[in-house]
Amino acid sequence: MNAILSLIAVIALILIALLGVKTANLHSLFGIAVPYAAMAIFLIGVISRVLKWGRSPVPFCIPTTCGQQKSLPWIKQSKLDNPSTTSGVIGRMLLEVLLFRSLFSNTAFELRNGPKVAYGSTRWLWLGGLAFHWSFLVVLIRHLRLFTEPVPACLSSLEVLDGFLQIGAPGLLLSGVVLLLAVTYLFLRRVLIPEVRYISLAADYFPLFLILSIALSGIIMRYFTKVDIVGVKALTLGLVSFNAVIPEGISVVFYIHLFLVSALLAYIPFSKIMHLGGVLLSPTRNMPNNSRMERHINPWNYPVHVHTYEEYENDFREKMKSAGIPVEKE
Amino acid sequence: MSKTPKPDELSKVDYTPPKTGWMDTPAEFKQGMWCYGSKPKNLETLEFPNPRQWSPADEDWKLPENWQEILLNGLKERLDKYRSFKVFMDICVRCGACADKCHFFIGSGDPKNMPVLRAELLRSVYRGNFTTAGKILGKLAGARKLTYSVLKEWWYYFFQCTECRRCSVFCPYGIDTAEITMMARELLNLLGLNTDWISGPAANCYMKGNHLGLEPHTIVGNLEYMLDDIETITGIKIKPSFNRKGAEILFVTPSGDLFADPGTYTAMGYLMLFHELGLDYTWSTYASEGGNFGFFTSNELAKRLNSKIYAEAKRLGVKWILGGECGHMWRVLNQYMDMWNGPADFLLVPKSPVTGTVFENAKSTKMVHIAEFTADLIKHGKLKLDPKRNDHLKVTFHDSCNTARGMGIFEEPRYIIKNVCNHFYEMDEHTIREKTFCCGSGSGLNAGENMELRMRGGLPRANAVKDVVEKYGVNMLANICAIDRAALPAILDYWVPGTGCTGVHELVANALVMKGEKERTTNLRGEPLNGMEGQE
Ligand code: HEM
Ligand code: SF4
Ligand code: SF4
Repeated sequence: MNAILSLIAVIALILIALLGVKTANLHSLFGIAVPYAAMAIFLIGVISRVLKWGRSPVPFCIPTTCGQQKSLPWIKQSKLDNPSTTSGVIGRMLLEVLLFRSLFSNTAFELRNGPKVAYGSTRWLWLGGLAFHWSFLVVLIRHLRLFTEPVPACLSSLEVLDGFLQIGAPGLLLSGVVLLLAVTYLFLRRVLIPEVRYISLAADYFPLFLILSIALSGIIMRYFTKVDIVGVKALTLGLVSFNAVIPEGISVVFYIHLFLVSALLAYIPFSKIMHLGGVLLSPTRNMPNNSRMERHINPWNYPVHVHTYEEYENDFREKMKSAGIPVEKE
Repeated sequence: MSKTPKPDELSKVDYTPPKTGWMDTPAEFKQGMWCYGSKPKNLETLEFPNPRQWSPADEDWKLPENWQEILLNGLKERLDKYRSFKVFMDICVRCGACADKCHFFIGSGDPKNMPVLRAELLRSVYRGNFTTAGKILGKLAGARKLTYSVLKEWWYYFFQCTECRRCSVFCPYGIDTAEITMMARELLNLLGLNTDWISGPAANCYMKGNHLGLEPHTIVGNLEYMLDDIETITGIKIKPSFNRKGAEILFVTPSGDLFADPGTYTAMGYLMLFHELGLDYTWSTYASEGGNFGFFTSNELAKRLNSKIYAEAKRLGVKWILGGECGHMWRVLNQYMDMWNGPADFLLVPKSPVTGTVFENAKSTKMVHIAEFTADLIKHGKLKLDPKRNDHLKVTFHDSCNTARGMGIFEEPRYIIKNVCNHFYEMDEHTIREKTFCCGSGSGLNAGENMELRMRGGLPRANAVKDVVEKYGVNMLANICAIDRAALPAILDYWVPGTGCTGVHELVANALVMKGEKERTTNLRGEPLNGMEGQE
C-alpha cells in the first residue's frame, strides 16, 4: 500500500511535468523557475537542518565501542573500532562514509530446531548500498560536464573510465546501469523481505521510485530519444550563470528528468536522505572513547538533589556504631 | 504470575509479521512479558511525579489530566538537550540492518522488538508533532498521534529493551536504540510510569546506598560471613575496613555481590586478592553500590545516585577509586560520571601500589576497572597462581553489553581467565565481544514476573553457550557483571541446565596461592578440589 501510494506520487510528478511542458507550454517554469526554487529549498533546507542538529549539544561521550579499549600499554587497542584520539575517529568515520563499514559486518540469523540459533555474514545490503551510493556519486559528478565550459579534464577521464565497456553508441556508461540495478535491488528487498516490508513507510519507497525514474528518464534521453545535448547544455550553462534562456527543441523527456531531479532536491531536507549529514553528527560514531582520560563537558549539567553522607549517617548512626563502622558525629 | 512455557515450546518462534500494519496493531500485554508498576512510596522517596497505586494491567493508569502535554514538552526538551536523540529521530532509513540484531526479537519474533520498530514507536509521535511532513501527511509520512494506546505501547516495549546497544553496532549511522529507550523511559517517568523492579532498587540506592537496601551493619555482617568461609577454606583471617578515612583506595562494586550466590564468591575473590596484596583500601557503606538503577530511569536520577562515589572518595580522602565487576556500572563510570559529578580533581591519577603502573587511561575519572588492575598484576608476575585448581572447569566468557559496547574491555578479562584457568573456549564469534548478546535481563528487567521475557531475551546468549557446552564440554560461564551473575543462572538453568556462572575474580581467588594459606581442599563454593574430574 505504501509502495503503491509512493508510485502514484511519482507518476503524478511525471504527469505534471509532461502536461506542464507539452500542453501548457510552461517551458520557463519547468526549465528555469522550478530548478532554481528546488535548489534554493535544498540549500537552505539542508543547512538549516544541520544547524538545527548542531544546536542540540552532545552532553555525554557515548561512542559505541566496537573493539578493544585503550588501557594497559601491552594490550593492543582497536584504534579504528574503539578510537581514543581524533585521528582514530576520522579513520572510523571515513571507513563508515566511504565503505559503509558497519553494514559490512552485517549478519543474518536462523533459528533451527533444537533450538539452535545460527549466524552468518550477509553482505548483500552492503554491496547494494555501496553500489547505489557510488554509482549515484559518479552520475552526479558526470553531470558537472553540463555545467562547465570547457569541461575539466578529470571529468572527461571519469567518463572514459565509466564507459570502459565500450558498448554501443553513445557508449554505455556503467554508473547509470549500476544505479538502476542497485535501486531495483533496494526496492526488491524492501518488498520481498517480510521484516523490511513491515517497517517500510511511504517515505521509504518514494525516494526509490523517484531515483528510479530519474535514472530511467536519463537513460531514455541518452540512448533512445537522443536529446538535443547542445540545447540542454545551453540551458544548463545559462542556469549556472544566472541568465538562463529556454532553447528551442529540447524534448519533453528532458523536462521530466529535470523536474524529477528538482523534486528530489527539494525533498531531501525534509526526508531521511538527510542521513548523509546525520551520520557525520552521530555521537555514537564520531566521538573518541577517551572519557576516562579527558573530561568532556555537559553544557547543561545542573545541580541535583542528592542524599548526602550526613543524612545517611543520621539515618544509621547507631547501627553503624554497633557494627564498628567509624562515624563523623559520635 | 503465569507459568513460563517449557523451553521447547518457547523456542518455537514465529517471525511472520502480523497482517495488520504496526500502527494498527495495539500492544497486547502478555503475561510474563512485563514488570509490575512502580509503587507510590518509592516514587515519593525519589521525588518523582505522580506517585499512586497502579497496575500496568489496569485500563486506567491514573494519569494527570494533561499527560499528553507533559510528554510532548518532555520530548521537545530532550530533543534540545541531546543531539544523539534529535539526529536519531531524523536519519533512520529503515534499511533493517538492525532488525534481527536484538535478542528480544530473536527470542520473541515480535516485530516491535526489532530495534528499528521500537524506535519508530517514538519516532512516529515525534514526526506527528515536530516535523512539517508529519503534520501535513500524517500516516503517509509515518506520523501518528500520541494516544493512550500509543502510551501503553511505549511502556510495554521500552521495558522490553535492555539498553544493550547491540543494534547500534550494526546500524550504518550508529543509531542507538538504547539511547531512544533511555529517552522514552525518562518521558514515561514524567507520568510516574516506572516498573517496581527499577524504582524500588533506585529508592534503596538513594536512601541506603545500594539497590538491595542493605543497611550498614548488614553489609558488614554479610562480608563477615564471607570472611568466615574464606578462613575455613584457606586458614587465613582477613579483616577489611569500612568507611575508613585515609585509605589509599576506595573500592566500589555492585551490591549484588554482597548478597547472593554466585556473586558472593566474586566478592570473596576481591577480599582475598586485596588481602594478599596488602592493599590499603576501604569499602564504603554509603557508596555501597556501583550499579546505578537511576540509569534505567532518568539521567537526573542516575546522576543523583552516582554522586555518592565521588562524594565518599572526597570525604574519606582516598587517592583513587577501584571499581569491581559490573556491566552498566562501568558504562556509567566510563561515559557519564565525569560529566555529571566531575572533575575529580581531589583525587590522584591511579597508580597501582603493587606494580607502579600508572593508569593513564583513567587519568581524568581516577577510577580503574578491577580487570585492568588484576591483568596488570598478572602481567608483572605479582600473583602466585595455580590454575590447576580450576581444572575441573571448562570456561567460556560472556562479554557484558555495557562493558563491551560502552567501554571495550575485551582483552583484560580474557587475559586474566587464561592465566587462572587451563581450559578456556570462546563462543561463536557472532556472539562475543562487540557482537555479544545481552543476558536478556539488563537495564532493570531482572524481575520475577517477566520471566518469559527474560527467557526469550536470554535465548541467543544461552544458545551460544549451549554450542560450546556440546562442542567442548564447557561447564562454566565467566563474566564481569553482577546482573549477569544474578540473571544468568536462571537463564542457563532453563536453556542449558548444568552450566554454572561465575565472576572472573572468583576464578582468580581459586587459583591464587596465598601467603600462609593451608592446603585448600575446596574451592570458594565449598566443592572438593581433589576430585579434579576435569583432568585429561
Ligand atoms: C555517509 C554514509 C552513508 C551511508 C552509510 C548510507 C547508507 C544508506 C543506506 C543503508 C540506505 C538504505 C537503502 C534502503 O534500504 O532503502 C541509503 C539510502 C539512500 N541514500 Fe545513503 N548513505 C550514506 C550517504 C549518502 C549520501 C552522501 C547521499 C547523497 C545524497 C545518500 C543518498 C541516499 C539516497 C538517495 C538513498 C535512497 C533512497 C532511500 O532509500 O531513501 N546517502 N543510504
Ligand atoms: S540499521 Fe539504522 S538506519 Fe537501518 S533501520 Fe536500523 S536504525 Fe534505521
Ligand atoms: S538496545 Fe539491545 S535490547 Fe534495545 S533494541 Fe537495541 S538490541 Fe534490542
